[in-house]
Amino acid sequence: MSPRALGNLAPPALFGAMVLVAWEAIVRFFHVPVVILPAPTAIFVRFTHSIPTLAADFMQTIQGALAGYIIGSAAGLLVAIAIDRSGFLQRGLLPLGNLVSALPIVGVAPIMVMWFGFDWQSKAAVVVVMTFFPMLVNAVAGLSSAGAMECDLMKTYGASYSQTLMKLRLPAALPFIFNALKLNTTLAMIGAIVAEFFGTPTVGMGFRISTEVGHMSIDMVWATIVVAALAGSAFFAAVALAERRATFWHASYRQRAG
Amino acid sequence: MKNSLPIAFIVAVLIALWYVAAVFMNLSLQRDLFANGGRADVSFGETAIAALNMDRPKLPAPHQIVGELYRTVLDTPVTSKRSLVHHALVTLQETLLGFAIGAALGIGLAVLIVHVGLLEKSMMPWVVASQTIPIIALAPMIVVILNQFDITGILPKAVIAAYLSFFPVTVGIVKGLRSPDPLQMDLMRTYSASRAQTFFKLRAPASAPFFFASMKVAVAAALVGAVVAEVTKSEDGGLGARLLAGSYYGQTVQIWAALFAAAALSATLVSLIGLADQLVARRMGAAR
Repeated sequence: MSPRALGNLAPPALFGAMVLVAWEAIVRFFHVPVVILPAPTAIFVRFTHSIPTLAADFMQTIQGALAGYIIGSAAGLLVAIAIDRSGFLQRGLLPLGNLVSALPIVGVAPIMVMWFGFDWQSKAAVVVVMTFFPMLVNAVAGLSSAGAMECDLMKTYGASYSQTLMKLRLPAALPFIFNALKLNTTLAMIGAIVAEFFGTPTVGMGFRISTEVGHMSIDMVWATIVVAALAGSAFFAAVALAERRATFWHASYRQRAG
Repeated sequence: MKNSLPIAFIVAVLIALWYVAAVFMNLSLQRDLFANGGRADVSFGETAIAALNMDRPKLPAPHQIVGELYRTVLDTPVTSKRSLVHHALVTLQETLLGFAIGAALGIGLAVLIVHVGLLEKSMMPWVVASQTIPIIALAPMIVVILNQFDITGILPKAVIAAYLSFFPVTVGIVKGLRSPDPLQMDLMRTYSASRAQTFFKLRAPASAPFFFASMKVAVAAALVGAVVAEVTKSEDGGLGARLLAGSYYGQTVQIWAALFAAAALSATLVSLIGLADQLVARRMGAAR
């Protein structure tokens, strides 16, 4: 790591450490009861002691989140390509897609639990619905982002529709598609966790949170939240890394390299 | 509106698809019902029509949802617990209170971050990182913690709504306050404008589009927060409580009606902010 990157990393790391120390100090000094706020060290101890449970919960939830994420994003992209040739359908679907993006879609969770049962399939279904529209809207915008000059060039080459799509317009749409993919990582985690509030086999991060809250073992809740936060950030970071690899030519990365 | 025809077309197609799906998803259920009633040889047409009018269908038909909305919105007095308006108002209160708290805190933090360099370096990465975290997981715990302090009613839910709307606001406003280009900032410096003057005459007006964009995201997020919070603590009613009650008792029509009410609420709030955006943009002389 370059010294400059280290310099950028130090202030937030220090700030984070300061918050943790202050948190620990306040809890110890004022004897805050565990049911209100456990100390970071208590959460850490709890975390290390319940790794098997936490791992099982993680596997259960990530299964639904990943399956839904892949299906929903792929479906959004495919529909965007399918309606690409029809301006009429685009003008009809885009405003609706934008509207749906602002709706509380997590609300379909109880319906999906009824249709697909308690296991991870229903969570995946919720995630499919949540991730579909952001991808659709972004992919349609991305497909129309190729410049007129480039499109004309493809025409002078006598390129077919599919050649133009594969060689010019899909690559040009990649930044938009990755934008949706990054947005969808958070939505997938939210969808999978909230859907578990509505019913699940006795495993999963959302299930763990709601039952441990009921038992007042708040340290376990925090341990689960740590797992959720780590998983969410790792998921996002993986997609961001893939984006860097796939769109290294894009202006936002070229500038930083120099 | 040049888009109204395509939109109407798509909506019509979706409703037609919905009816087809409703028939097929409910058909076997309805056949069983007929068979249990001792009627084995019912024609397909009759079964299909019955399947669209079941009490507890797998997928209610659109007209059933409209009927349920009509019953619970217009035919029930607002004061009744069965009235959807009553529950929608509960959710609306939580959403607006949470949105106001979240937006105020978010704007405050954004202003601080833009003006205090150290704060930006140390806090901004955390604010950005927090967007990748499923913070909604905190909802049940926040309710319990606030309960310990005897804070009940709409406030705990508003806190969750505020928490969800806080981060998009901070990120959006920081971006907006940063949006004046260096040339304009230099101009303010040649005028020897104070920090406050630069803020009110340049930064704040320049951030208007970002402001409204993040307000739209924030109000939608606040509504999601309120609904999820109601699921975890459903005694006081609200659209989330209706969702939960519906899923306990298998009342699918009630779930869908609550969902549509939440969607309408969200769409209304977002479009109100859109309207304010347009008004402000016109007053500021933007060519839109």
